[in-house]
Amino acid sequence: MTSDRLRQLLPAFSLAVLLISVFYIQPRTMSYLGLNLLFNLAVPIALATIAQMLIIAVNDLDLSMGAFVSFVACVAATFLRDTPLLGVLILAGAIGVYALVGILIYVRNLPAIVVTLGMSFVWGGLAVLILPSPGGAAPEWARWLMKTKPPGIPMAIVASILIAGIAHFLVMRSSFGVVIRGVGGNERSVERAGWSILWVRAAAYASAGFFAVLAGILLVGLTTAADANIALRYTLLSIAGVILGGGEFTGGRVSPIGAVIGALTLTLAGSFLSFLRISSDWQIGAQGAILIIVLALRVLLNRSKQGAGVR
Amino acid sequence: MNKFTLATLTLALSMGTTLATLPAFADTAGKKIALSNNYAGNSWRQAMLTSWDKVTGAAVSSGVVAAADAFTTAENQATEQAAQIQNLILQGYDAIVINAASPTALNGAVKEACDAGIVVVSFDGIVTEPCAYRIAVDFAGMGKSQLDYLSEKIPDGGNLLELRGLAGVFVDDEISAGIHAGVAENPQFKIVGSVHGDWAQDVAQKAVAGILPSLPEIAAVVTQGGDGYGSAQAFAAAGRDVPLIIMGNRHDELLWWKEQKDATGYETMSVSIAPGVSTLAFWVAQQILDGATVPQDLTVPFLKITQDTLEESLETTQAGGVANVEYSLDDAKATIKSSM
Repeated sequence: MTSDRLRQLLPAFSLAVLLISVFYIQPRTMSYLGLNLLFNLAVPIALATIAQMLIIAVNDLDLSMGAFVSFVACVAATFLRDTPLLGVLILAGAIGVYALVGILIYVRNLPAIVVTLGMSFVWGGLAVLILPSPGGAAPEWARWLMKTKPPGIPMAIVASILIAGIAHFLVMRSSFGVVIRGVGGNERSVERAGWSILWVRAAAYASAGFFAVLAGILLVGLTTAADANIALRYTLLSIAGVILGGGEFTGGRVSPIGAVIGALTLTLAGSFLSFLRISSDWQIGAQGAILIIVLALRVLLNRSKQGAGVR
Repeated sequence: MNKFTLATLTLALSMGTTLATLPAFADTAGKKIALSNNYAGNSWRQAMLTSWDKVTGAAVSSGVVAAADAFTTAENQATEQAAQIQNLILQGYDAIVINAASPTALNGAVKEACDAGIVVVSFDGIVTEPCAYRIAVDFAGMGKSQLDYLSEKIPDGGNLLELRGLAGVFVDDEISAGIHAGVAENPQFKIVGSVHGDWAQDVAQKAVAGILPSLPEIAAVVTQGGDGYGSAQAFAAAGRDVPLIIMGNRHDELLWWKEQKDATGYETMSVSIAPGVSTLAFWVAQQILDGATVPQDLTVPFLKITQDTLEESLETTQAGGVANVEYSLDDAKATIKSSM
């Protein structure tokens, strides 16, 4: 087996190792209910990771992801439930703002990190305006979606496979995906081929906004109510998920299936450490250690590839 | 190492029973209780966790319950705590005691726990999911208790200066509402000034110093805790007689009170919430597992320190800390009864 193939399989391999360890430590998880409880909170994280992946695919980084998902959660728990039409309009507007941010970053040649960091305060402020104190209620259909119990396979697994499949089609199989990854890989050559970089970037940001909106709605479906700070962790989780799943910060090298697996792995790592009874003081460190081990394995595989001269 | 106070409780709870004399309950001897905590970064939370370890450790070794493990999330984030609660469900706990990062964002996970037949008791940071039990703090009652004390101490009444907390926080509104309700019941008192001390001695001192020149003679200062010592300093610095100032169980406040008591026979009282409320939540969860009928909403008794219990409380309160008390099974039963 070539090291390239090994590298692609690494995310799935780490998830499998972690899952087997969790099954071993806590056999109760090896059930329909157990798998659902292990992975249901990973579903919105997986969507946020796909959103982040689309931004990373064009060589940018979105530091407003957590605040934006929190904002969407607040809209979903208030407007989307009480006045669905207005709710949909607000969310569509938010996706439009995402596209504008992408345009602004390109046209003014600004660093994405700075602009999205600024946007995170905008989204955070709007979320507090909508829900000054925690509350609201999830729309019935979002609640139903997250509570549904399909026969045989738990909702969390079905949803993860669906997200991975759709994102894979969009990014790896469609011409839209090829252009987006092309912009990340070599912007100039895509431009010479006749594409408008402006619109490609706007489209990448808009689709990221779309996936982040889904993340926020499904998160509220899970929690039943919102809080202006509900998803602040998603910024770092989504970036870590993309990298863990085999993506690179530059060059348009991303993997949608890997990103979903990365999100599942990060969620599972938390449960694994909790089942091991590792004190909370060490948990952040241990989560970091898991990340470093996976990334170190990847670097090793890259080295062996270069050593063997395979290109 | 923390030391703890056994001080008088407002609700006249008997503190006589020690844990060692409790009989082991066959009904809950095999049950496991978990504490899901969102934050451990200040002295109040540290005291809360130490109290939990101390009381539940004794309960486990005497066979009341099989296990009582504490879990704190690494970051103070609702999604992380929701995942933690779902993990606790999978670990097979019979009851989960929660100090929540958000009153609403954990509701989905709490519902999953209830559906799995797990008893959920929230305290301090409570959750709104109807299937959970809530041990809430009666902040309004805490404010009103100050006027109850004053009406006995100064039956003729007089002018009051009110110290408020951090503007916009519901705790501030609640305590203040309680104080104003108390004033309405005792019209011989009149609030002639009100400043925000933000629950911090230095802020309180500055705020009181600023308003003092414009105030008539003050009979008493009603406070929210963490602002009594600063107020006293402001009165002393202005060269005015220090009136009766209600304290808030902080070590510096108790120390100042003790000095004044020894020097001039100064009299007041002190009231706040004890971090040991985590142990009350533990016993309530144990009672529910034991089959007791418990109302969904309970109220935490305050920890009140009086002229007579001052020395004892001061001795067991750490410098820089806040007076604490651990609750017994009997306290939990009394709390349940009074909330019925």
